[in-house]
Amino acid sequence: MKILNELKMEFDSRSVNEGLARSAISQFAAQLDPTLEELGDIKTAVSEAVTNAIVHAYPEHIGRVWLRVRVLEGGVLELVVRDRGVGIPNLDEARLPMYTTGGADRAGMGFTIMDSFMDTLKVRSDQGKGTTVTMRRRVLPRSFR
Amino acid sequence: MQVNWEIRENTMHIYLTGELDHHAARTVLEQAGQAVDGNLPMRCVLNLSGLAFMDSSGIAVVLGIHRRLKAYGGELKISGIPAQAMRVLHTAGVDRLVSII
Ligand SMILES: Nc1ncnc2c1ncn2[C@@H]1O[C@H](COP(=O)(O)OP(=O)(O)OP(=O)(O)O)[C@@H](O)[C@H]1O
Ligand SMILES: [Mg+2]
Repeated sequence: MKILNELKMEFDSRSVNEGLARSAISQFAAQLDPTLEELGDIKTAVSEAVTNAIVHAYPEHIGRVWLRVRVLEGGVLELVVRDRGVGIPNLDEARLPMYTTGGADRAGMGFTIMDSFMDTLKVRSDQGKGTTVTMRRRVLPRSFR
Repeated sequence: MQVNWEIRENTMHIYLTGELDHHAARTVLEQAGQAVDGNLPMRCVLNLSGLAFMDSSGIAVVLGIHRRLKAYGGELKISGIPAQAMRVLHTAGVDRLVSII
């Protein structure tokens, strides 16, 4: 699919950057003229992926998080969140609703929310090397609503 | 993120205002938890109408407050849920666990 626009960000895995990632993505997504519900879904999905990189990827230190968002032909928004952290040993297990290694602080619903709020969700993870989450969501043009 | 509370007619009302994400979650749970533990209300309403955003970190906060109340027989209800937060709570099945008014 042809790339019509692209934004890249790189930031420290500090929780204060979660809100920054959400507002950057929501301003970038505005060019597709999404409904409030579409925008809410996109913001939620990006918040889940970025929070995972901040909470789980670097348990012992502050690492880097990479975020790339593209507008593809046909009104498709593509989001990629990448870390070079610890990785996920068992992806099938990690994607199950309520599965968490985070104890009572976490609900284990991040992947489930990304899955149901976006059209597609792909997760690639190598233990000791990091995790890449790729999500797509088509934003319908106004005339089709 | 702001946490306010008051007690009216034997019911504790907790108001959350702002963006409830992982960055805010710990303080929110601490402050709401202190309010509950210090007053041990039998009825508590968590008013979310001031939330501009909530993600799965907020689910853990809601369930944490729910657990604290249940520990001594208190009851939690949630009110004023904005559409975006409702989608998150519904996807997690929280609406089947805690009553929504
Ligand atoms: N970027 C990552 N690096 C390492 N492990 C991860 C990463 N993302 C997710 N995980 C693992 O997958 C599990 C499930 O992730 P998910 O987002 O579904 O739930 P959670 O983060 O534990 O809880 P919640 O998202 O509800 O706060 C996590 O508990 C963690 O073990
Ligand atoms: Mg998560």
